[in-house]
Amino acid sequence: MEFNITPVMIVSALAYLVLGPVVGCLIAGIDRKITARMQGRFGPPILQPFYDVRKLLEKEPVTVNNGQDFFVMAMLIFMIITGCLFFIGENLLLVIFTLTTAAIFLVLAAYSSNSPYSQLGAERELLQMMAYEPAVLLIAVGLYMVKGSFNVSDIISGGPIAVLPLLGIFISYIFVLTMKLRKSPFDLSMSHHPHQELVKGVTTEISGRSLAAIEVSHWYENVFLLGFIFLFFANGSILWGVIGIVAILLLYFLEILIDNGYARVKWQLAFKWCWKITLICSGVNVIVLYFLKMYNLV
Amino acid sequence: MAYVTKSPWVIHYDGSSCNGCDIEVLACLTPMYDVERFGIINTGNPKHADVFLVTGSVNEQNIPVIKQIYEQMPEPKVVVAVGICATSGGVFKDCYNTMGGIDTVIPVDVYVPGCAARPEAIIDGVVKGLGVLGEKKAGNYKAAVVQADEEEVEVQSFGETTDDTAVATDKEEV
Repeated sequence: MEFNITPVMIVSALAYLVLGPVVGCLIAGIDRKITARMQGRFGPPILQPFYDVRKLLEKEPVTVNNGQDFFVMAMLIFMIITGCLFFIGENLLLVIFTLTTAAIFLVLAAYSSNSPYSQLGAERELLQMMAYEPAVLLIAVGLYMVKGSFNVSDIISGGPIAVLPLLGIFISYIFVLTMKLRKSPFDLSMSHHPHQELVKGVTTEISGRSLAAIEVSHWYENVFLLGFIFLFFANGSILWGVIGIVAILLLYFLEILIDNGYARVKWQLAFKWCWKITLICSGVNVIVLYFLKMYNLV
Repeated sequence: MAYVTKSPWVIHYDGSSCNGCDIEVLACLTPMYDVERFGIINTGNPKHADVFLVTGSVNEQNIPVIKQIYEQMPEPKVVVAVGICATSGGVFKDCYNTMGGIDTVIPVDVYVPGCAARPEAIIDGVVKGLGVLGEKKAGNYKAAVVQADEEEVEVQSFGETTDDTAVATDKEEV
């Protein structure tokens, strides 16, 4: 596989590096505002996530061990690499594997302390990864079957609109998105809103600058995850580009609605639902697509 | 400017309160008062907290708990004693099992008297605490006692307020 670095690639990688956290921070702020309005509250300022992170940077550094800081920084770096690879149009499988590596570093950071809350949070995080990873791989398989390439640049620049032949896979991506964005029915490893699940699950022992790094890597991650939705709509035309962006906004609103509409589930239920829904939807989708392709119907 | 004043995360501990003040603390989170508009989040984790809200008086059994929560909070941090029991021990002051207010165990920055302290008074106390946090961050904090505004406090309960404020004013003189 040849690897040519073009100026466009460098510009997109730099744009993601700089604009990723800005957009992610604004998304998080708007998320909190909409959530507050849904609950009949006024809500914090849009820039509140930025204030939170700045405050965390100002706090006294308290770390339980040096390994933890290393793992958290590794998570942030791998998250940035994932996003950069995605936005420069690299191979989708490589993107998915670096994303998994980033998630694994978060689990290692949680496991590195002896706090039972942090350890339980790490176990739940691993279970969640086990629940959604097969679905994530099937998404890449489905996109390959429709577009004939694993390269993000090829997927967005041509070929048929992927969302219709991949409807089942799209539904399972929405499901995975709820887990990856840590939205309510599945925020069991690190609760975002009421802050009371296992104290704070994975991040219980992480404070100050390390917690800020986790927050920033979430911003990067959310931008990447929302950008992923675009793959289902892009075919190189401006019209479908606009439709893709509208779809991203609508889906994020749907995620906020789900977040506010559901109570947290137990890990058993999260695991069963995830495997049943994602594997049935995307499995059936891939099989149907296979036969359609066999008789040249797609 | 210290960003800590824009995003104070609160941890709430019930010493030996009758739950009156605890309910009022939680009432601050409801749509009626909505403290999240100041960036205040109620965390359950001392390592993430900036403001320590204690309700109820101190007894022998919760001394180590209060000390441990206080020590786990990274600097800069602020302690707000909510309710007259946390301020001075209140009606339980002379009980054989009561040590008195929270300041018998850890340094307290803001006293919010009242029985129970009203949500307005608690919010005022936390906002006063933010001033202390800012000062602590800037490094020119002189262990001064800050007290919630008397007007704010006087609105708070039915007739007994004079006693409560009197106790708090005594503290200020000491």
